[in-house]
Amino acid sequence: MKALVCVKRVIDYNVKPRVKSDGTGVDLANVKMSMNPFDEIAVEEAIRLKEKGVVTEIVAVSVGPQKAQETLRTALAMGADRAILVMSDDEVEPLAVAKIIAGIAGEEAPGLIVTGKQAIDDDSNQVGQMVAALLGRPQGTFANEVSVEGDAVVVKREIDGGLQTVRLALPAVVTTDLRLNEPRYASLPNIMKAKSKPLANKTPADYGVDVAPRLKTLKVTEPPVRSAGIKVPDVDTLVAKLKEMGVA
Amino acid sequence: MAKVLVLVEHDNASVKDATLAAITAASQLGEVTALVAGAGCDGAASAAAQIAGVAKVLKADDAALENALAENVAPLVAGLMADYDAFVAPATTTGKNVAPRVAALLDVMQVSDILSVEGPKTFTRPIYAGNAIATVESSDAKLVITVRGTAFAKAEATGGSASVEAVAATADSGLSTFVSAEIAKSERPELTSAKVIVSGGRALKDAATFEQVITPLADKLNAAIGASRAAVDAGYVPNDYQVGQTGKIVAPEVYIAVGISGAIQHLAGMKDSKTIIAINKDEDAPIFQVADLGLVGDLFTLVPELTAKL
Repeated sequence: MKALVCVKRVIDYNVKPRVKSDGTGVDLANVKMSMNPFDEIAVEEAIRLKEKGVVTEIVAVSVGPQKAQETLRTALAMGADRAILVMSDDEVEPLAVAKIIAGIAGEEAPGLIVTGKQAIDDDSNQVGQMVAALLGRPQGTFANEVSVEGDAVVVKREIDGGLQTVRLALPAVVTTDLRLNEPRYASLPNIMKAKSKPLANKTPADYGVDVAPRLKTLKVTEPPVRSAGIKVPDVDTLVAKLKEMGVA
Repeated sequence: MAKVLVLVEHDNASVKDATLAAITAASQLGEVTALVAGAGCDGAASAAAQIAGVAKVLKADDAALENALAENVAPLVAGLMADYDAFVAPATTTGKNVAPRVAALLDVMQVSDILSVEGPKTFTRPIYAGNAIATVESSDAKLVITVRGTAFAKAEATGGSASVEAVAATADSGLSTFVSAEIAKSERPELTSAKVIVSGGRALKDAATFEQVITPLADKLNAAIGASRAAVDAGYVPNDYQVGQTGKIVAPEVYIAVGISGAIQHLAGMKDSKTIIAINKDEDAPIFQVADLGLVGDLFTLVPELTAKL
């Protein structure tokens, strides 16, 4: 079974984003970029399924600028077999990304499509569900545990009150939650090897997808700043304050 | 006037709180119809009919809709959307699972996790873990929206008197089946709707210490217990205690952060709390930049002292 893994190049999760003063967006010039943390977990899961003999080939896919190649090389260095970069210099919305991935799935016929549950830049949490809808396939979102059993995949999902287990007919779409696994680091030899693994360059037009945005961003602002607080000297003062607020 | 369909999150008998905030947001767009989809969901449907601001309740009662599997709920919603201008769901795990599937079936871009309604098609939403707020305008003919529960007041659960109309479920997709659920049992207030939250971080050392230090304080304040990702990853508490970008978003009256440094991802989940209190031994910890009240010192002496004096 082939696995398709979707990865996104995003601002590194340790960087505090800065809003541009003209309100057009977040300043990404000279900011460290990395693979979206949830996508690292997706790549890791595909590799583990390959190590178990369930998955035979891993194709990593990214939609983004030329530089997203670096993100795909990271996926290849972790253990993906080949990569497809769908180039677009403009930001592509989840719906268009989902259509592109559905188009790739049409050509590649993967048994499993694995994506992160959300990208930490737009925080949308949509692509996996949309891919599943477009392909008419089941979805195992917020996966905490994944096991392939014959022609089905059993997914333990993180839900608000706890965990839920569902059985999905293959092919299926799985989106990863934080605790699914601990992604591995790419070793230096593997990073070198990844440079010679195949990476195909495509465009959204190759899949007949119009990437014109449906949502227009009117402005981007800083969140309201909390007014500076005070430090209390001791527990008694804190207790008095809590009593004032009526919670104690 | 726009017609808005709201997905009701429920346990068949009663309506979950997050739905009430979604109804408030939906009322700002137009006339609200609540959709209760489930199996044996009469109780939830009559509860939904009493919510102030709900004009009508659609009840889809079918075995295929038990457990709210997206593969069965989404086609039902997409079919009903022929008569509606907008679909609104709470941004809970259920809403986040179903809504994008509906959006793709309707070929529209979803607006996720809205904080406010600025116009008929204009909304604000947080991006970059809440470090920026985007104002976006949809150009789609129909809207699909998820609503951040803490950003809207809850609609009154009583006072309404909507009619309940039965609608047929679409056929079982056969694509997915429910196997089991492990729901964490808790006598405490639910984390996302609690007035007071006591949250612990890595500094609590282990599960036993966490329990020993945090629980008595939470008991005294009748508070829900939360945790940072570090505390969850270290196994001190179950996953569903996690507050943050990847966990739950909360905005209680009082949030007490004990032994939590205040990483970006954690702040994303709690910085809209009305009052934030931090207890930490590191006076330079980022948590003190958002805390209204800070107490610097060893939590192992301060928290028991605080508990005793309350």
